[in-house]
Amino acid sequence: MQIIHSILIANLARLLRSFGRRMIERIWRLGAAARLFFLTIIYSGESFRRFHLTLREIYFTGVMSLLIIIVSAFFVGMVLGLQGYNTLQKYGSSEAIGVLVALSLVRELGPVVTALLFAGRAGTAITAEIGLMKTTEQLSAMEMMAVNPIARVVAPRFWAGVISMPILAALFSMVGVLGGYMVAVPLIGVDDGAFWSQMQANVDVRDDILNGVIKSLVFGVACTMIALFEGFDAPPTAEGVSQATTRTVVISSLTVLGLDFVLTSFMIVV
Amino acid sequence: MTSNIVEIDNLSFGYKGRLLHKNINMVFPRGKVVAIMGGSGSGKTTLLRLIGGQIKPTHGQVRVDGKVVHEQNRDGIYKLRRTMGMLFQHGALFTDLSVFDNVAFPMRELTDLPEVMIRDLVLLKLNAVGLRGAHQLMPTELSGGMARRVALARAVAIDPNIIMYDEPFAGLDPISMGVICDLIRSLNDALGATSIIVSHDVKETFLIADYVYFVANGEVTAEGTPHDLMQSTLPFVHQFVHGEKDGPVPFHYPAASYQAELFERTSR
Repeated sequence: MQIIHSILIANLARLLRSFGRRMIERIWRLGAAARLFFLTIIYSGESFRRFHLTLREIYFTGVMSLLIIIVSAFFVGMVLGLQGYNTLQKYGSSEAIGVLVALSLVRELGPVVTALLFAGRAGTAITAEIGLMKTTEQLSAMEMMAVNPIARVVAPRFWAGVISMPILAALFSMVGVLGGYMVAVPLIGVDDGAFWSQMQANVDVRDDILNGVIKSLVFGVACTMIALFEGFDAPPTAEGVSQATTRTVVISSLTVLGLDFVLTSFMIVV
Repeated sequence: MTSNIVEIDNLSFGYKGRLLHKNINMVFPRGKVVAIMGGSGSGKTTLLRLIGGQIKPTHGQVRVDGKVVHEQNRDGIYKLRRTMGMLFQHGALFTDLSVFDNVAFPMRELTDLPEVMIRDLVLLKLNAVGLRGAHQLMPTELSGGMARRVALARAVAIDPNIIMYDEPFAGLDPISMGVICDLIRSLNDALGATSIIVSHDVKETFLIADYVYFVANGEVTAEGTPHDLMQSTLPFVHQFVHGEKDGPVPFHYPAASYQAELFERTSR
């Protein structure tokens, strides 16, 4: 009996030690990410002085993400149109379909789905690129040339992500509304005028559109910074880069969904 | 101005309580080609990183041009690095930039030279390594030897006083090896620079080096001119220089008794 007791205690101690070690590691990584974030802000001057560096990254993160954003937005809008009409017609208010599609997209789906798609498309590309630059000693070479990699590599990508995300989210909402319109008006036969006028009357610039823009800006900072940190912190091996890329998608997605809840709570209360 | 551009004094360095270098002393006179040799994992590349200020010594100091490297702040270190060029083992070329842009990179980042002048200088450097005709290619289109030559052109792009080479001959075919060997010596003499070569390729290094340090077990075990070292009777140097299979560096990694291990396996 005593032997079983001591084995149980030993296992429990091992479990606690392992949990503690993991927690310390997580906190350490959080601190390192915060440090990288502040250094990125401090060394951001060059990203604006030599804006072509940032512009180049906007092309890779923003423009190259356009196709996936537009196609996804169109389908999301169409599904919203279908589901919305199906529910609203039960209450005899199918004309409100325009408001439903627009508010769902501008307030929630636009920023959130864009951020999730951004993390999967641009975020993974950023992590893999920086991770590989580290693995092939390109970042060390830059350091040895007296060129700061945070100013030259990290900051332009960070600002490119922050600038691209609200634009992509706005495009997502716009194309989504178009998708909803295509289903609701030409396909189902909802009145064209009712669709647009109800939308115009009930979508508020400050409460709906501005809040959506704020959300997408915050998601832009979070997703880009997570992708940059994971790449910068990746062990310089093939396995390390692959794990970092996976972590970018997982952490970005959870962060976006968590932040969405927090931001929505604040926006509704305020 | 001291006659030695780099001086390493009583340097010790280690990770997590384990010392990689113990009281290392080295000097690198101006205008000379000095080699640091030793087996894999003997900490040769770490010495280059200590000279470049990428890591700090545990004890002792590295002085570059009279300045203690680890006592410099970030700006001071960057100022020192502007006088250095480094050739990485695999070139470390920027894969998103063409050959031309790779060589132009340090000029564009560190100088205010007009683009017309940068163009001429880049072509000059590429011509020196025989790759002017390849200036439009991307790094992925280059062979290993060509990539190393482009990296060499980039390392000397802003005419450094110190050029560091990390395993410049590793993985090259004999022709590329001969070309790189010749370029290291000729560029060093043409620029009046000091070259520090980290390598374990005895033949090529001895051909161009003025002085050689041997590093083993974290210490400088031998030093001298290539001629002196060829004649050395020190067991480690003899084994290394003549490529002998067994000697002070054992063929077998330390392990338990072979018999005991075999018996243990069968009894499981």
